[in-house]
Amino acid sequence: MCQNQRRDAFVSNSRISRRRFLGGAAIAAPAVMGLGGLAAQGGPAAAPAQASGGSTANGHAGHSDFPHAGFAKGRSVNHRFNGFNPTEVLRDFDYGKTRRLASGRVLREWEIVAQDKEIEVAPGVRYEAWTYNGRVPGPTLRAREGELLRIRFLNASTHPHTMHFHGIHSSLMDGMPGIGENRGAGQIEAGESFDYEFEATPFGLHLYHCHVAPLAAHIARGLYGAFIIDPKKGRPEADEMVMVMNGFDTNFDLANEVYAVNTVGFHYIDEPIRVARDELLRIYVVNVLEYDPINSFHVHANFFQYYPTGTSLEPSELTDTVIQGQAQRGILEMKFPFDGDYMFHAHVSEFAELGWSGFFRVGDPSRLSRSAAAAMYCDLPWGGGSPA
Amino acid sequence: MEAGAGAERLGGGLPAWALGLIPLALIAVAIGGFALLGGPGLGERTGPPVEEVTVERTVLRPGEIELTLRNDGPDPVEVAQVAVNDAYAPFSADGGREIARLGSTTLDVTFPWVEGEAYEIFVLTSSGGTIAAEIPVATETPEADPGFYGLMALLGIYVGVIPVSLGMLWLPFLRRVGPRWMGGLIALTVGLLGFLAIDAGLEGLEIAAEAPGAFGGASLVFMGAFVAYLILAGVDAHLSRRAEGAPGSADVAAAGVERGTYLALLVALGIGLHNLGEGLAIGSSYASGALALGAFLVVGFAIHNTTEGLAIVAPLRGTASRPSRSSPALLIGLGLLAGAPAILGAWIGAAAFNPSLAALLFGVGVGAIVRVVVQIAPQMRDESGRLLNPVSVVGMLCGIALLYVTGLLVSV
Repeated sequence: MCQNQRRDAFVSNSRISRRRFLGGAAIAAPAVMGLGGLAAQGGPAAAPAQASGGSTANGHAGHSDFPHAGFAKGRSVNHRFNGFNPTEVLRDFDYGKTRRLASGRVLREWEIVAQDKEIEVAPGVRYEAWTYNGRVPGPTLRAREGELLRIRFLNASTHPHTMHFHGIHSSLMDGMPGIGENRGAGQIEAGESFDYEFEATPFGLHLYHCHVAPLAAHIARGLYGAFIIDPKKGRPEADEMVMVMNGFDTNFDLANEVYAVNTVGFHYIDEPIRVARDELLRIYVVNVLEYDPINSFHVHANFFQYYPTGTSLEPSELTDTVIQGQAQRGILEMKFPFDGDYMFHAHVSEFAELGWSGFFRVGDPSRLSRSAAAAMYCDLPWGGGSPA
Repeated sequence: MEAGAGAERLGGGLPAWALGLIPLALIAVAIGGFALLGGPGLGERTGPPVEEVTVERTVLRPGEIELTLRNDGPDPVEVAQVAVNDAYAPFSADGGREIARLGSTTLDVTFPWVEGEAYEIFVLTSSGGTIAAEIPVATETPEADPGFYGLMALLGIYVGVIPVSLGMLWLPFLRRVGPRWMGGLIALTVGLLGFLAIDAGLEGLEIAAEAPGAFGGASLVFMGAFVAYLILAGVDAHLSRRAEGAPGSADVAAAGVERGTYLALLVALGIGLHNLGEGLAIGSSYASGALALGAFLVVGFAIHNTTEGLAIVAPLRGTASRPSRSSPALLIGLGLLAGAPAILGAWIGAAAFNPSLAALLFGVGVGAIVRVVVQIAPQMRDESGRLLNPVSVVGMLCGIALLYVTGLLVSV
């Protein structure tokens, strides 16, 4: 019945002015005049009460058809059109090319091209993205602490861009417009290129993104990626994956319509992430979400060790939920002791229901092929020498 | 003159109909050629496609929200996803996901909505644009079964037929009062009708603001008014001509009585069309759950609409020398004509509300009322023939005041 009282307070529409006063008048509904006919028919006076009586049924009738928010069935994102698949992005680490310099130091090189590209961020929804190497998030660049890094950046977009790395480097290498243009650095105009060169330090989980103004727009369009610097001695072997928490403001109203990890909303609902039971799982979580002040990561039925920014080898907390502001990031380590499907999502429920949720599918390790990531980790080209 | 002569020569010996068809044919050829060549000289269209979609109707069933969308813009629109209160929800599209220009589709969205809550829905299109819909208070939409139609009929009778009929009971009183009062009573009617016209016009414009612009939007109200006015004027001219030719028309007094009946008929028709709009508003509010009817509301409507009955019988009091003797059948007919459209309106409003249609109907009501005012206003003239005399002015002000004050009863 309290719902009925709320109804009256809520009447504030819109389509027909009369509604306002019709609804308002109902507040003064005590029977001034006998409405025998109406009441006998279960008429208007009785109808709200009836509807309210059925509201428990209403409220739950649809629940079984609606276990969680999700996109309409019968259509999925065309990953081939996008040129990348979030399932592959997850364990795709770009180690670049290495060679040992005369000094004995390892030089690690990448080539990154900025390009405008339409991508599908939700089934049927195309977005004019700006990308690094044609994908969002951009490639996960991975190096080892102390190496010399050289990123050859080519701007093939129609807009000026930069690559601004989070790390420790000189101002010229900061990818900051207005700094170093006279030496070819700063803002990189369309068609121009620049080599960013700096040392891989400090170890941890970082990110890179474009820093051209308007900054929010350049980030929101998709110009960002994860940047991992492994500690010199490495980390314990694990099934590793990258999750870049992002979102898309598809109608350009400075609020996101689609939220996700690795771009495609609800992707890991439709394609749960296969992980092996009892195997160490290491997740590199980076928040690049624009327009919303915070984002978060929560896993069901499990707890993880959290290494904020990955700059320490000692975890700061055993938890199941972390909150990150934009550009905050951290490394999560956990093992799933039981088989089954376990949801993970932003514990900003709004984001979760607008695309940022997924499942881990935990299974028998013997029945899962050894994870590609672990294999790649072993093959990491250290430049032909001992990394010590 | 020379040019005229030249044009005449150009026409040559062709018959008139051919001269009329030639420009039409040329226009067709030009349009066809333009379309075939893809608009030569215009180049590529600039900018992204324009997406304008209106949510025409929202229906709530347990666990399901149904939205009827109308593409109001110049380009086709493809529906990609639907979110209810910032949660994506599965849906199916009856009319397909792609909506052609002026086309419509119906989305059945699966969502466990809860009675009494407010919902904001956005429909995400393939280009990433959003179409917003609002449900200010969720309540199950009544099923359109016979019981529901019966209920709407009862509603229409309560707010339309009964009050109007009650108001008509003033007829004996009107016949007793002196002929001096005649002008004042007609003025009262004019005041009542003027108020109704403005009220209905504003309401029509408000609804039109929500209607798809491609169908005319606010201009539908004006178009409806204009068309109704013209039709009534045409009917009037037709009937007058017949009356002139009729043998009984020599009897001036008899013609006066007939004239009174005719005017009453017009007033009843105008008010009837107004009540159609009224019923529409009530029906649609009821269907959307915004209307919780109470006795107070019905009483308010009764008093408000009773004045409409007074307006109908005012022209029936007859001339001073010969009071009219209106048959009960006529009176009942007039009452139904004025009141029953509220029932029809309630049905349409509850079962198939469409903002464009509603705007048009409100406009029709306005036009009819204006026509009636024009028709009966001359009877307000005093001996010297002035339209605005003390009696008529006071009468009109009383009419406006009466509707305003009784209107407060339903707007508090």
